[in-house]
Amino acid sequence: MEKEVILQYLPLYREALLLTLRIGWQGVLLALVFGVACTWIRQLKIPVLKSLVTVYIELFRNTPLLVQLFFLYFALPKAGIRMTPELCGSLGLGLLGGAYMAETFRSGLESIAPIQEESALSLGMTSMQALRYVILPQAATYSISGIVANVIFLLKETSVFSVISLMDLMFTAKDLIGMYAKTLECLTLLVVFYLIMLLPVSVFGSWLERRMRRAEFGA
Amino acid sequence: MEHGNEVLRIEHLHKEFEGNVIINDISLTVHKGEVIVVIGPSGCGKSTLLRCINALEDIQGGQILLDGVPVDRTAKNISRMREKIGMVFQSYDLFPHKTILQNVTLAPIKVQKRKKEDAEKEAVELLDRVGLADRKDDYPRQLSGGQKQRVAIVRALCMHPDILLLDEITAALDPEMVHEVLEVVLSLARSGSTMLIVTHEMAFARAVANRILFLDDGRIVEESADPKKFFACPETERAGAFLKTFDYE
Ligand SMILES: Nc1ncnc2c1ncn2[C@@H]1O[C@H](COP(=O)(O)OP(=O)(O)O)[C@@H](O)[C@H]1O
Ligand SMILES: [Mg+2]
Repeated sequence: MEKEVILQYLPLYREALLLTLRIGWQGVLLALVFGVACTWIRQLKIPVLKSLVTVYIELFRNTPLLVQLFFLYFALPKAGIRMTPELCGSLGLGLLGGAYMAETFRSGLESIAPIQEESALSLGMTSMQALRYVILPQAATYSISGIVANVIFLLKETSVFSVISLMDLMFTAKDLIGMYAKTLECLTLLVVFYLIMLLPVSVFGSWLERRMRRAEFGA
Repeated sequence: MEHGNEVLRIEHLHKEFEGNVIINDISLTVHKGEVIVVIGPSGCGKSTLLRCINALEDIQGGQILLDGVPVDRTAKNISRMREKIGMVFQSYDLFPHKTILQNVTLAPIKVQKRKKEDAEKEAVELLDRVGLADRKDDYPRQLSGGQKQRVAIVRALCMHPDILLLDEITAALDPEMVHEVLEVVLSLARSGSTMLIVTHEMAFARAVANRILFLDDGRIVEESADPKKFFACPETERAGAFLKTFDYE
């Protein structure tokens, strides 16, 4: 491996990392918003919207992000809807993630026995109070490991952004290899930069999980 | 019992699950300070009856009145009504993410908007009365089943309900813990609490009840204001047959 090469490429990777992180986190944020919205609609069992949520979730969980991005970037403009590559990236990621987050939130809620809500109601709480003081705190604790797993999954999925010509980490590595054929250096840097991006999320996630469990259940 | 102090009145209650009649024309009046024990074979509708009273189930006919006001699941005042109806379930239903003290004070603080200090002071007093004041900062999972049920009773009492509904609260307990929970209920009865109790503990039923209701197939088959007599020689054949199944206890 040539040290010079690595040092020379480093700034390019740093740029790519920042772009990947920016779009990645925008996507994660959108995913959380979509996930909460879907869960809300499902919990309230709002007619029509409820079915739309199901269609949305199945659609996005059962098609590759690559295809979703192609659709957003190449097909929608034909219908007159034009977006920057960056917006496509975060929206695509957000839509995909929203479907996964909604499923995670649902299983978190389902892990709470109905008797929990019933005893809250029987104490005179309204449904909203039961949700806020009894159900959500418990569901959040159950969901946290799933949420962290989704975040990591989404940040990894950013590697397909290159297809809509975003200069993310993957794009940068492929580009450099294409031009200078320093394959070993480029791929090593690629692995290292993904780890730089994802390891902190993993570590923080495990810490958060432990902390919430202790705070919530005294365990 | 004199009139005018009636707490709960059930008129021609009718409840179905998917076309199956579970509660079949039950009428019942509970007066202040009365302890009514409901017994009957498994699946006869005892839990459903209590759940209907607390509006946890919708009903298909009849009505339930608490202090003369209808208990209606769909009405705006339903949480106000439920506040006045305390309920303790068979399974442990404490909030696992809250300490014992928080379990007991959550509703008084959030629902009745009482001051935290006042609610906690009363909670500790009541916990002390059931012998659990020293466990107030523990979490439910650190308590035994019997202790959890005593906390659940205190949690209901802290709302100062007009009536307490107890649904087989010792059925899931190890035998050695049944006594400590029933003792608490007995002392509540002595201090004048109004209660509707479902239980399979026949000796306890006889000791605590002012009135016995024997339910079968969603109907009141036998009603007795003399528990001693009812347990010694029930009038209906069905009640007799039911009581016989406890002979080996
Ligand atoms: N949610 C439900 N859906 C359908 N049937 C139910 C439901 N809850 C109870 N039942 C039926 O109602 C009957 C009475 O149940 P329950 O009130 O729990 O009886 P008990 O408490 O006397 O043992 C049973 O036959 C039971 O299967
Ligand atoms: Mg039952």
